[in-house]
Amino acid sequence: MYIVIVGCSRLGVLLANRLSHQGHSIVVIDRRESAFNELSPEFSGFKLTGDATELSVLKQAKIDKADCVLSTCHEDTLNLMVTQVSKYIFKVPKVIARVHKPSYESIFSRFEIEIISPTQLALKAFLEALDLKEKAGDTAR
Amino acid sequence: MKIILIGGGKTTYFLAKQFAAHGHKLTLINRSPEESQALAHRLNATILLGEGSDPEILEQAGARCADVLLAMTSHDHDNLVACQVAAEKFDMPRTIALVNDPDNEEIFRKLRVSIVFSATRIIASLLEQQTGFIAITQLMALSQGKINVTEIRLPANSPVAGKNLQQIELPQGFLIASIIRQGEVLVPRGPTFLKAGDQLIVIGEAENYQDVLRVLTGD
Repeated sequence: MYIVIVGCSRLGVLLANRLSHQGHSIVVIDRRESAFNELSPEFSGFKLTGDATELSVLKQAKIDKADCVLSTCHEDTLNLMVTQVSKYIFKVPKVIARVHKPSYESIFSRFEIEIISPTQLALKAFLEALDLKEKAGDTAR
Repeated sequence: MKIILIGGGKTTYFLAKQFAAHGHKLTLINRSPEESQALAHRLNATILLGEGSDPEILEQAGARCADVLLAMTSHDHDNLVACQVAAEKFDMPRTIALVNDPDNEEIFRKLRVSIVFSATRIIASLLEQQTGFIAITQLMALSQGKINVTEIRLPANSPVAGKNLQQIELPQGFLIASIIRQGEVLVPRGPTFLKAGDQLIVIGEAENYQDVLRVLTGD
């Protein structure tokens, strides 16, 4: 698959390394050139320095050819804009955005953008961990 | 009118001042604590500290009963999402966004922002018009962009300068609606002669503009 990853923070780096290792063609976009230092030496994709809210940067990433766009930046509004432009302007078949603030989730779903929310995932994990402990306690009793 | 304004800096300040002076009820959302405080002292408006794209802040700003939202931060993504949240979540009848990257103008329109303007494009086109680099200026698009109203300036070497309108064959579907000569408006009739430097208001189909430009300017 041809995958464009927007944002080369910790999550972006992990995704880029993993997907590149699996043999996918990857382009990573970040505003800061230094962000790419964290990529593994085996990373075989392209690095593009620029602001993904600029149309020319997305065109440079050949986003119209992408099978998938993953927007992993820290700013929810940026992820929302990049995924909408990818989906509705460049017709990318699969787009996923990272969303931090729960209050933005309904807007993403209004525009039919698939989301991953670290907050919700952590919440779920915490609740599950609690359940597990209670169960363990139950059996001990 | 109840207006929500998002942004900072001088433009936002002077705009807010003007709205307040015209008697509009204004709420301004600004993300900097220092600037918000300074604005609160200087403006006759409600100032909210926060992200203008945040649904909770917009709710506090009274988005449910506002008439228009104006997003003019220096971040296109914040402006886009603020307008979308206002329209989708709060049924705001009209949203206006400033785009910093002129390429985003069309994108914002496609993503349902009611009015989009690019300061970069407006200033660049003003400059080009004043210096006469371009012969054609778009004035208005009608019928979803199928019909354009434009102003075409006849250059010194225009093939139609010195001819009257009867002698000119305009492409099918084009009309010269008026002629502006040295600031005066002339109603075009068959015997009217054209001169270099005339500004013609032309109405016609967007896709055939190349043909009308060739006839009028020779390009």
